[in-house]
Amino acid sequence: MPYTFTVNGRAATVDVPADMPLLWVLRDVLDLKGTKFGCGMAQCGACTVHLDGEPTRACVTPASAVGARKVTTIEGLSTDATHPVQQAWLAHDVPQCGYCQAGQIMSAAALLVKKPNPTDADIDTAMAGNLCRCGTYLRIRAAIHDAATRGRTSRAAAEPKPPATVTPR
Amino acid sequence: MTAPMHRRSFLQISALASGGVLIGFYLPPVLEAQQAGTPPPPLAPNAFIKILPDGKVILTAKNPEVGQGIRTSLPMLLADELDVDWSAVTYEQADVDPVKYGPQSAGGSTGTPTNYMPMRQVGAAARQMLIAAAATSWNVPPAECSTASGRVTHAGSNRSVGYGEIAAKAAALPPPDLATVKLKDKKDFKIIGTKVPGVDVRKIVTGQPAFAIDFTLPGMLSAVYEKCPVFGGKVASANLDEIKALPGVKHVFVVDGVGDPNTLVGGVAIVADTWYQAKTARTKLKVVWDEGPTASQSSEGFKTQATQLSTQTPAQWIRQDGDVDAALTSAPAKAEGAYSYPFVSHAQLEPEVCTAKFDNGKLEVWAPSQTPGAALNSLIKILGVTPENLTLHQLRGGGGFGRRLYNDYVVEAAWIAKVVNGAPVKLLWTREDDMAHDLYRPGGFHYLKGGVDGSGKLVAWRDHFVTYGNGKQTAATAGMGPVEFPAAYVPNLALGMSMMPLGVPTGAMRAPGSNALAFVMQSFIDELAHAAKKDPLQFRLDLLNTPVIALPPQADGRPAPTPLNADRMKAVLQAARDKSGWATAKSGKGRGLGVGCHFSHRGYFAAVADVSVSASKAVTVHRIVVVGDIGAQIINPLNAENQVQGGVIEAMSLLMNWEITIDKGRVVQSNFHQYQPTRMPHAPAVIEAHFLETDNPVTGLGEPALPPVLGAIVNAVYTASGARIRDLPMAKSGYSWA
Repeated sequence: MPYTFTVNGRAATVDVPADMPLLWVLRDVLDLKGTKFGCGMAQCGACTVHLDGEPTRACVTPASAVGARKVTTIEGLSTDATHPVQQAWLAHDVPQCGYCQAGQIMSAAALLVKKPNPTDADIDTAMAGNLCRCGTYLRIRAAIHDAATRGRTSRAAAEPKPPATVTPR
Repeated sequence: MTAPMHRRSFLQISALASGGVLIGFYLPPVLEAQQAGTPPPPLAPNAFIKILPDGKVILTAKNPEVGQGIRTSLPMLLADELDVDWSAVTYEQADVDPVKYGPQSAGGSTGTPTNYMPMRQVGAAARQMLIAAAATSWNVPPAECSTASGRVTHAGSNRSVGYGEIAAKAAALPPPDLATVKLKDKKDFKIIGTKVPGVDVRKIVTGQPAFAIDFTLPGMLSAVYEKCPVFGGKVASANLDEIKALPGVKHVFVVDGVGDPNTLVGGVAIVADTWYQAKTARTKLKVVWDEGPTASQSSEGFKTQATQLSTQTPAQWIRQDGDVDAALTSAPAKAEGAYSYPFVSHAQLEPEVCTAKFDNGKLEVWAPSQTPGAALNSLIKILGVTPENLTLHQLRGGGGFGRRLYNDYVVEAAWIAKVVNGAPVKLLWTREDDMAHDLYRPGGFHYLKGGVDGSGKLVAWRDHFVTYGNGKQTAATAGMGPVEFPAAYVPNLALGMSMMPLGVPTGAMRAPGSNALAFVMQSFIDELAHAAKKDPLQFRLDLLNTPVIALPPQADGRPAPTPLNADRMKAVLQAARDKSGWATAKSGKGRGLGVGCHFSHRGYFAAVADVSVSASKAVTVHRIVVVGDIGAQIINPLNAENQVQGGVIEAMSLLMNWEITIDKGRVVQSNFHQYQPTRMPHAPAVIEAHFLETDNPVTGLGEPALPPVLGAIVNAVYTASGARIRDLPMAKSGYSWA
């Protein structure tokens, strides 16, 4: 089935089965490798993307269910690490293995849009669906608070920027 | 390990076509040579440092990176001794070549201790040669020259030259003997000991391809591999023709395998244009399995067997000191407890993945292996390729924790690629594959009795350890040694062992052995401290003041294993006491502190946990203080803190929820919904990592911080609630995180 998605601000038409999860459309059709596969059943959050700004598990979102909603992936936050959440992640050197971090960052970015000044309890709730097997939770918490501060000082930078390319292959 | 390297390491210098210099050294593959019983291979050129004419420096990261930070820390050692700015450095990941690079592995927290000196020596040797080249061209004594930020300076004549400008000249000089190269004093370190972010962190936060799963090649096919859910089972038949007709499917075939879960177990491979097609086709796959004898094994059955064995005399003795029965009889205060812990799966977040290409008799593999040297050997043995026709590239792994010590998925990918012949193939497991086909942390049972004398001193300790094995040898990582603390510190002690046959593959998981034994030993020491009405931390210090009971040499003449060093353990315990406020903490109703300490992987660690337990058994870990002694230098404090915090979070997963249950020879749990790791809301508000400044050898940190945390938390649960945790996971006894 042909579907036209808006991914990171650009239109992309793909011909995929209706039940193909968005995760695999992004990774294997659009060659956006930032979104990760961890469990395939919305248990780990490694595949978190935004659909119209809502954090969504791409591994259980069929291509047919995306519709007109705008898809934002980690590559769409910024490709040069200028998004305040990415900046905070760099400043705190959050990752260990790093595999979950794209999903963590996407959940954090969505949280900060809704709650620009989140409490620890807000963070616990918003991030409970994102596993970090390496256990970087304390740094994630600190980085989210830091990103909140950065976001307040440079609100404009929080707007998603289109990436260089989104090309079906 | 390091001493022979000093003597037998050689420097190799060669000019680059670009006019730069390439500086390597020959690190004899001691481990491989010993294992194979062959002499070291001949000298071969290699490269750890490339200096380009424009002064750019490219450092080789030799070891596998799975989140432990070695891809950053080893180049830091090179860069500091070379005396270049970290900002001027880039890195290249080395391919796998034990001749060029020496041992390359990520296991046993060995990366740091085996490379700390050699990497520094290579950096320092390069610096020495660059100085020599500059001094010769200036006609001044090398001793009058200094270096900083990639330049050699002669202050007396006010001359200075960049490394890139003299690199070619340096390459023409005879290389120095690594053993005689002068290393920096600690006070002169500019990079070592500073907080250096991970070399891949920018890629990770922007979502650029960084992991094994992200690797692609033109024309690449994707594969799934179905194995028998019962361990040791084989394919009897499968509906291959039906699968072959499904969309995108290119190849379907049965792999016989060699029946070894470390390398290749039989199954059915489906190869398609995309992974989603292969995975979708798999839902139609019908395999008739020959399940084999393990189908009769179950966790319940093991528990029943263990209980029966516990009433009998142990099948063998690990250690016997004094007269434990008499000491137990006469002890005025005693404790007794049956402890158990389950099988556990690694659950690294990136499922097993490997890409392989077999073309024209040549095999090329891209893998996130923790033991790439062993992977080479397995590929040579199982696929019959010759070393010169085999290349193994190292990719970043999304977590390891010991899972990637085993190269089953690497051999599977290579086998599938060989059958496909020509097109590259990426094999990717599902999470369900991962959970059903791990090499699990073995479960175990301990039946303990202990006694303290009238002065409150631990005088009797008896453990009947019921574990898994064939009666002679324990299953992988299911053993216990004769110096497992408190052994060697208790005058009357008996460690007995009985084994149950096991068809479930087991293997090393972060702090193998210790990740279960520290829970048991540190808990039961605590039980005895409370029986003696002693402060549990002081009770441990007193125990460590007991004279060590030495063992005679082993039957084959090798010296007996050495017990832990009491002074080092006391030092971390005392520091944990002071940093945690142990002495002044008020254990109120429902809240308390607990302590644990453990020696593993050359590291000494103590932990104090501050925990609340509600009436409904909801547990909050408020704060954990961890103190370690891993030697004279923390290479990268930024990563060191992260590793300790990760160890704490993993210990919490092991305590509360993680259990792999075996039923009819297969794993019951299939995905994270049945196997919950610690999540954000459970993470303590504070995890402190402190390191003692000692003059001990510099050792690794991937593992040793974890084990004492197991004891600290359960002992704090006891302080807070009076309930003793003897069976893991705690969730089975009604506990949860608050």
